[in-house]
Amino acid sequence: MPSSTEVVAQHSLQHHFANMEQQRESSTLGMWLFLVTEIMFFGGLFASYLVYRLLHPGAFEFGSEHMEFWLGTINTVILLCSSLTVALSVHAAQLGRNKIVAILLIITVLMGLGFLCIKGVEYHNHWVEGSFPGHWWHMDTSTLRGDDVSAAQLFFFIYFVMTGLHALHVFIGMVLLSFIAYFALKGHYTAEYHNPVHVSGLYWHFVDLVWIFLYPLLYLIAHKHA
Amino acid sequence: MALMVLTAFLSTINLGDWSTVVALAIAAAKALLVLLFFMHLRYESYKITAVVLFAGIFWMSILFVLSLTDYLTRGVTGAPGH
Repeated sequence: MPSSTEVVAQHSLQHHFANMEQQRESSTLGMWLFLVTEIMFFGGLFASYLVYRLLHPGAFEFGSEHMEFWLGTINTVILLCSSLTVALSVHAAQLGRNKIVAILLIITVLMGLGFLCIKGVEYHNHWVEGSFPGHWWHMDTSTLRGDDVSAAQLFFFIYFVMTGLHALHVFIGMVLLSFIAYFALKGHYTAEYHNPVHVSGLYWHFVDLVWIFLYPLLYLIAHKHA
Repeated sequence: MALMVLTAFLSTINLGDWSTVVALAIAAAKALLVLLFFMHLRYESYKITAVVLFAGIFWMSILFVLSLTDYLTRGVTGAPGH
């Protein structure tokens, strides 16, 4: 009669893997491969940011002055803390403590929700300010000269695409972690089998990484906070 | 991990002439901490994971460097049309 952990281990080992360790390493590598494609994806956007900032530094400084500095900073702290709770939940999963995993992940999802709410408040302020590029654009650009007037719209275009895509990733991460929390509540994870927690955690950390770079590039250009 | 929160606050204070460079250096330090500890890169037994990440960053740097060799040298060589 095999012990209960052996049963779980046999149950969760897919037939094309030799053992649990190989399965764990393969799923981790697969997630990293996916994250590298995500790096490429956001890398293209960062490259476009770099080029247009080089061409229009004045317009980018103008745009950055219209960012809500404190809201951005609070969001940075929220995401960093949520990364911490995810890291702790992965640690708990390695010990097979499902209840702690679930609690930590629910806290993480709530922090993600807080992040999106603050982002929503920011978007609302931008809308009131008239900084949506194109038809709805009605910002006072009288301090800018020449090309910078139209390039200011470019800054907000890049801003909305990058933060919008990032917010989408936050949302996907929240859905993912909610499922993991649900399975953890049902007691799915053991010391042998916890790849889903680890791999979803990697995704959440990646979302955090993107924001770590977005925050200084979008919010901290303007010097007025010095 | 307390260091992570600290850097978040540091990045709000350090704003001089070099603010972008300082801010990016702090961002890179934060990213490195997240990668090494939160994402377990430090403890990863499967070395190819690091290779995959390095390949990704390498290709992104090609994207950045080659784009900049175009935009930073425009008008330098007096190409036709200028």
